[in-house]
Amino acid sequence: MITNMQMVYIATPLSCLIPAIVAGLFGWKIGRAMTHTITIAGVALASLLSLIILNDVYSGGFFNGVVYVWGSSGGFPFEIGFLIDKLSAMMMVVVTLVSLMVHIYTIGYMHDDPGYQRFFSYISLFTFAMLMLVMSNNFLQLFFGWEAVGLVSYLLIGFWYDRETAIFANLKAFLVNRVGDLGFLLGIAAVFMYFGTLDYSAVFATAASKQNITMEIIPGQEWALLTVICILLFIGAMGKSAQVPLHVWLPDSMEGPTPISALIHAATMVTAGIFMVARMSPLFELSETALNVVMVIGSLTALLMALVAIVQNDIKRVVAYSTLSQLGYMTVALGASAYSAAIFHLGTHAFFKALLFLAAGSVIIAMHHEQDMRKMGGLKNWMPWTYITAVVGSLALAGIPPFSGFFSKDAIIEAVHASQLPAAGFAYIAVTAGVFITAFYAFRLLFMTFHGKPRMDEHTLRHVKESPMTVTLPLMLLAIPSLGIGAIYMEPMIFGDFFGNSIFVLPEHNVLELVGQSFEGKTGLSLLGSFIYHALHPGPLWLAVAGIVLAWFLYIERPEIPALIKQRLEWIYNILDKKYGFDEFNQFVFAQGARKVGNQLWQKGEVKVIDGFFVNGSARVVSLVSKVIRHVQSGYVYHYAFAMIIGLFLLLTFFLPVKQ
Amino acid sequence: MLFDTHLLSLSIWLPIIGGILVLVLGGDHNANRIRWTALAVAIVELLLTIPLFTRFDKTTAAMQFQEKYEWISEFSINYHLGIDGIAMPFILLTSFLTVIVVISAWQVIEKRVAQYMAAFLIMEGLMIGVFSALDAILFYFFWEGMLIPMFLIIGIWGGANRIYASIKFFLYTLLGSLLMLVAFLYLYYQADHSFNILDYHDIKLDLTTQKLLFFAFFAAFAVKVPMWPVHTWLPDAHVEAPTGGSVILAAIMLKMGGYGFLRFNLPIVPDASHALSGFIITLSLIAVVYIALVALVQSDMKKLIAYSSISHMGFVTLGFFVFNAQGIEGGLVQMISHGFISGALFLCVGVMYDRLHSRQIGDYGGVVHSMPVFAAFMMLFAMANSGLPGTSGFVGEFLVILGAFQANFWFALLAGLTLIFSAAYTLWMYKRVIFGKLANKKVASLSDVNAREIIFLSLLAVFVLGVGVWPLPLLEVMHASVDNLLTQVSISKLPMP
Repeated sequence: MITNMQMVYIATPLSCLIPAIVAGLFGWKIGRAMTHTITIAGVALASLLSLIILNDVYSGGFFNGVVYVWGSSGGFPFEIGFLIDKLSAMMMVVVTLVSLMVHIYTIGYMHDDPGYQRFFSYISLFTFAMLMLVMSNNFLQLFFGWEAVGLVSYLLIGFWYDRETAIFANLKAFLVNRVGDLGFLLGIAAVFMYFGTLDYSAVFATAASKQNITMEIIPGQEWALLTVICILLFIGAMGKSAQVPLHVWLPDSMEGPTPISALIHAATMVTAGIFMVARMSPLFELSETALNVVMVIGSLTALLMALVAIVQNDIKRVVAYSTLSQLGYMTVALGASAYSAAIFHLGTHAFFKALLFLAAGSVIIAMHHEQDMRKMGGLKNWMPWTYITAVVGSLALAGIPPFSGFFSKDAIIEAVHASQLPAAGFAYIAVTAGVFITAFYAFRLLFMTFHGKPRMDEHTLRHVKESPMTVTLPLMLLAIPSLGIGAIYMEPMIFGDFFGNSIFVLPEHNVLELVGQSFEGKTGLSLLGSFIYHALHPGPLWLAVAGIVLAWFLYIERPEIPALIKQRLEWIYNILDKKYGFDEFNQFVFAQGARKVGNQLWQKGEVKVIDGFFVNGSARVVSLVSKVIRHVQSGYVYHYAFAMIIGLFLLLTFFLPVKQ
Repeated sequence: MLFDTHLLSLSIWLPIIGGILVLVLGGDHNANRIRWTALAVAIVELLLTIPLFTRFDKTTAAMQFQEKYEWISEFSINYHLGIDGIAMPFILLTSFLTVIVVISAWQVIEKRVAQYMAAFLIMEGLMIGVFSALDAILFYFFWEGMLIPMFLIIGIWGGANRIYASIKFFLYTLLGSLLMLVAFLYLYYQADHSFNILDYHDIKLDLTTQKLLFFAFFAAFAVKVPMWPVHTWLPDAHVEAPTGGSVILAAIMLKMGGYGFLRFNLPIVPDASHALSGFIITLSLIAVVYIALVALVQSDMKKLIAYSSISHMGFVTLGFFVFNAQGIEGGLVQMISHGFISGALFLCVGVMYDRLHSRQIGDYGGVVHSMPVFAAFMMLFAMANSGLPGTSGFVGEFLVILGAFQANFWFALLAGLTLIFSAAYTLWMYKRVIFGKLANKKVASLSDVNAREIIFLSLLAVFVLGVGVWPLPLLEVMHASVDNLLTQVSISKLPMP
């Protein structure tokens, strides 16, 4: 018996898949308008169904079951199935809503592009893959969705396939992600070997009993099984969620059209890793080593990438590095066992970062595809809607109350502060310093783009105008959650029981409870009020304000100073401008290295040794021997007779003594 | 009914007789009639083999569709056929791909059409014979017999260097199989004058003998797979072979090596298989890593795909010699899937070669501008070759990695590197050939795939996606036979001390 809700579960991803296939195969036939109508209708339906599911889940709905059996081997089934709980329902809503905004925005942004239908097909397919990923009830399907979003990301980054930079970036993105996926796949293999199943609930249920099992990967070194599994899975998350050192693909992926940057590289795909770790909380909780690793990697990403954002001049790249840094914040939260804070930040960030990307895209359209902020300025007079929404996004990013980013980010900082893990000390410094830097670069972008004197050329200046409604409407719609959801959902999501059983935290790791208690006791205010009150005191809020003031001073009040600083601190500037040299290192060691080794193996190993020496060598030996033998076959009867006599003589001398 | 009891015989002899008929029908003056006849034979053959799947009993490991007649009674050589869940999928793969090859040759082969079509049809029958023979001599007959049409295909319709390539191919495979014949003769006496392969499963053999037999079989099968370092005939053969030859070579002939390991090495000499598994695994991992790096730097597309095949076959032998269900079934699925994918990729190169007469990556660039539909097909097959989930390429690799991990973490890690490497060489090639600005006027004037090409590429695409999304039907037919094989390989055959 299939219940109504089960129908809804299956219909949600299908309502994205079917339009994607139709648009992909028949887009040329049905035309542009029809293509965007069916794909948008599909995603709108998926959003609606997701909201129904979320509502159902909050009135007690829950589902964990098989859709179909994919394969089996050695008596173990591999299934495709759904796990619908509070975590996946909440992710579905975020994914489909952001995707819907992006679909609408695309009508305006890609208006003149010849690949219009193809683009809609891709983004719908992406939404399908992402839904399969978050709805999965097992590791295999998670990996399916994982790789499928990687595929669509590859296709979308290389969407403008005649740009050399775009097709370089998409290959790079795919390969770097594959490095992470290798770790992930090995993690899955470890789970399969020791748990005998890939089903989440079965694995989580027995996880505690595997705590004392060790694995010997390097002879003589016994490592805890759960630590190995968690770190392998986390390597996968590092690839997809762009954590140092696997972050290098994300900035380059900005070669794709802007709606993609918003959909994939800010709001949804990159958060897959965060979602995955939160989903795996019953495993990660049992390995403090893994949690420490997660926290260190996250804080490195948060701090280092925020610093790079300061020196970028390409408007999309600033937002891209900001994304990296914010993903670092989410990862830190995971490491501190504040999973719900990570997911909360994931949600708020999805909206405000999609908003910032789409606002940047709106600016780029107005600038005739110019992305360099040094050639912008003063745009607020011509683009009021883009400007206002960008301000909302920037305030949310900087973490100023009451914008949504303030609540989610501050919760993370407090959680790290309360964490007892060894890595928490370093992480706390990194995330608080990050607040100042974030506010600075966010407002540097805002001031350079929208304030000051216009620096573009005459021609562009004459044509600057506000973007069409299809572009600005999604901006306004995204501005609402960027402003509102923080204050409304913080209390239930972080301190309440919002996620219920879908996230598991050991009592001794429960930092969020500690944070919550410390507020409740102090003041007579509500928890929300005291949270803000607390932040106002020595809290990071003042760091954010200081960052904004500094940005204002350097880019509005005294715009000549940044050049001076750049001159004085050239070596620091160079390090940041080169992004710490990750790209050069990878290019030299891995890309060129692999080709060099390959060439050597081919020229030396294949051509010279195997073919040259062994194969053709044996052929040469055979032909040499045959040359000698050929002389024997002269055709003269007396030669043969002579040979026969010799042979007979030899045989006799050899055998006769034996006979005696 | 003839049909019920002689399904395997019919499947073997129908294409052979059809091939001879095509030969008799004549020369290039009535080329079209020959093409249609060949297609009709291939399609009837495909329909004939489908009951092998639909009527297959998945619950038993016993040989099915058996036929047994005396052939040369003095030496107790029998005409003995039968298939299990390991052999059956390969027969369907063969009959399916022969249809594709016949369609793909339609407008491409214009000289000696009858001989070309006949060679493929006769080869089809012989290859199905290999997969269904249960008598060692019969097996050997089919095994050597199928070399001849392939030798001719490369030698007659091949490229400039075809003589070197065809002779290298022939000698390599012939030398390997001679040792196999010696092994058969030895086993004949050990098994009390029997050439029945199933009888060999019960012979007690000491470890040294087992090892010698193992190497005799290894010589035949490792060359076919091909395993490193006896693989160098393959890139040459592929480069020189016409498209159809490459497809059959990569998609089916290579699979006979893997099939041989499962049919002979594992069940007949299990103790040697265990003792030498480290050796085979090492060679397999070298193939996966070393060959992948070599593939990365190739400038000839066919050579690149040939090296990619060797690298993918490394997965197969790795999976077989970790001795668990995931490994063996993964290796089997990998072989089937590689049949579709490598066939499809060679056909893709063929499509471009027919138009531009070049296989060099450097001569292309921006093909997507002039051939968008083709670019979409090739994207799918390139992704499948990179093992993307949802395509058949993933299933085998995934299962083998699961199996290898149980044997050793490092096996799985090294094998898993293919995730990165296969994507690197395939997609890098794709980028240089398909993406980018139009490289030259010739590329700009390319015409997109025609209806005939769309037909065979779509057929392959359906299977690549079908097996990727739902491999269960394929896996289910293997379970009983693989379980049985695992039991056999776990029982020692050393004589009692």
